[in-house]
Amino acid sequence: MQRWVRTLGWAAAAAVAMALTACGNGGAGKGAGELRIYNWSDYIDPALLEQFTAETGVKVRYDTFDSNEVLETKVLQGNTGYDLVVPSNHNVPRYIAAGAIGQLDKSKIAGLSNLAPNVLAHMEPFDPGQAYTVPYMQGTIGIGYNADAVAARLPGQKIDSWAVVFDPANLAKLKECGVYFLDASEDMYAVALNYLGRDPNSKVPADYAAATDLLLKARPFVRKFHSSEYIDALANGDICVAIGYSGDVLQAQGRAAEAKNNVKVAYAIPREGTQVWFDVFAIPADAPNKDAAYRFLSFMMRPEIIAKASNYTRYANANSAATPLVDAQVRNDPNIYPPKEVASRFFVTTAKDQALLRDVNRQWTRVLTGQ
Amino acid sequence: MKRGRTWLAAIPPYLWLALFFALPFLLVAKLSLSDTALAIPPYAPRLDWSRGVAGVMAFVRGLDLEAYARLPQDRIYVSAYASSLRIAALATAVLLVLGYPIAYGMSRFGPAARQALVMAVILPFWTSFLIRIYAWIAILKPAGLLNSLLAQVGLPPLQLLNSEAGVIIGLVYAYLPFMVLPLYAVLEKQDESLLEAAQDLGATRAGAFWQVTFPLSLRGVAAGALLCFIPMVGEFVIPDLLGGSETLMLGRTVWTEFFANRDWPAASAVAIVLLATLLAPILLFQRQQAKVLR
Repeated sequence: MQRWVRTLGWAAAAAVAMALTACGNGGAGKGAGELRIYNWSDYIDPALLEQFTAETGVKVRYDTFDSNEVLETKVLQGNTGYDLVVPSNHNVPRYIAAGAIGQLDKSKIAGLSNLAPNVLAHMEPFDPGQAYTVPYMQGTIGIGYNADAVAARLPGQKIDSWAVVFDPANLAKLKECGVYFLDASEDMYAVALNYLGRDPNSKVPADYAAATDLLLKARPFVRKFHSSEYIDALANGDICVAIGYSGDVLQAQGRAAEAKNNVKVAYAIPREGTQVWFDVFAIPADAPNKDAAYRFLSFMMRPEIIAKASNYTRYANANSAATPLVDAQVRNDPNIYPPKEVASRFFVTTAKDQALLRDVNRQWTRVLTGQ
Repeated sequence: MKRGRTWLAAIPPYLWLALFFALPFLLVAKLSLSDTALAIPPYAPRLDWSRGVAGVMAFVRGLDLEAYARLPQDRIYVSAYASSLRIAALATAVLLVLGYPIAYGMSRFGPAARQALVMAVILPFWTSFLIRIYAWIAILKPAGLLNSLLAQVGLPPLQLLNSEAGVIIGLVYAYLPFMVLPLYAVLEKQDESLLEAAQDLGATRAGAFWQVTFPLSLRGVAAGALLCFIPMVGEFVIPDLLGGSETLMLGRTVWTEFFANRDWPAASAVAIVLLATLLAPILLFQRQQAKVLR
């Protein structure tokens, strides 16, 4: 018995010691030349990472997330060990205020002059003077749909309005076929407010109450609120319509074409206008290997590299010099590189303060649960 | 063993409790008294040891009950608590009805067969929990295994995935071993001669079961029910994967607070209140266990 107790005691002590060591190293386990990137899922051509390693000898450890919420919560814990993260525009001011991302040393990034001035102008309210971030890709929120199935249910109707997914009269005809909404409160409220003709960045509670009302009326016709399942669901022909992100819907289109399953997935940017968003590279303030991060940013600034990235993700990049190098099929797609006239109706969302954010998420939970 | 050393044996369990229960609990409790802040980590105040006593005082003054005060004001929390308790209670009832006959049947076999059966109950644990729940998606989805089976016998399809029924099915499946094993442990030890005596005295088999076997197995019933009910109230993965958006459970509420609102104090307060609600059944379980050990 006594020996057993002692053995157990040692085992416990060893376990504690191991746990403490693990905490001490918390995420900082970097090799001499390792770059740790935390990016959205399906958001880079893996061949590019291999090319970067071949050119520089820097090993890349690449982790992914699927929502801004997860990224921000993780980065705000501090000591994540990541050298490069990819938040979206409207969250950037919070990262800066919290001191979570560091100012860039622009002398270490080659090719910044290739960045498109209009994208930088869009980013100005979020990161004045681009002191903290470098734009990566941009896209819109719109309507992804199964062209044949929707045409059969809404004959003669042009799919170019948010009314297709917000007007109960239309939704009633599409319900059986399947409707998906994004489970992203800020994005959904922005497009709903815009559809109602109100300021998508409103700070007025009555506006949000009106949007909640609109969403609650649409809710009975929605099969599911989810931010990534609609890609497969559209590609397999399981659903008719989804509110989704441009590149994701276009990926669904690509998958359906590959599968030759006779499902024609289409994407529409509604004529009422929509939200355009920008995902940007940023270096956490406590990044262990900032040099490698700068080398990777310089690598991604090269037009031929970022062009390949766009070919893969089907999102527009922010590099003007790269546009002619992007596949014609991607470059000429008005849903990826929208013409000026369409882009003039885009808006960006701004950061919300804590009280408003909590209120919006509370109302969103009401929409989700229907209570 | 020498008498003076018996206290040594008590150290590991208490050390375990202190390290893996008390310490995390205190951290969460402290967090629930803080306020959100735009900082790393995203709450304030933080303890500043470098300022000595003044730092500690400033820290203590910064704590408040604001996160708790918000809980009763918001319908969402109240209904999340209510529906979590309701779903867990419903699943526990189903588990009892399903688990009791299984445990009873197992205890009627010979020793060798019993061991094999216990192994069979434990066997599913050899596969990852997540994979097993994902498998239920394939079974329950609209064009899944279950519905294609129903279609073959000419029955209409069931919409089980993304519904509360789906959550209950998932919970019952995942927690069944935790119900069966405590019941089996009690039933297996029961003295068969008691049943013979009951029958000699004129009881029917059903009568003997309800008057002898079942009352004697109540400990196992309590242990199994609590062992399932307590973790099911806070379950996150199963409702997230199998439930619909209208299935409001506490796990999801904590997730929303923590990730979407970046409100660590509110998330902690929800967790602490949940723990307080469960304290009564946990203590009950403890006493039950102590009785069984004696």
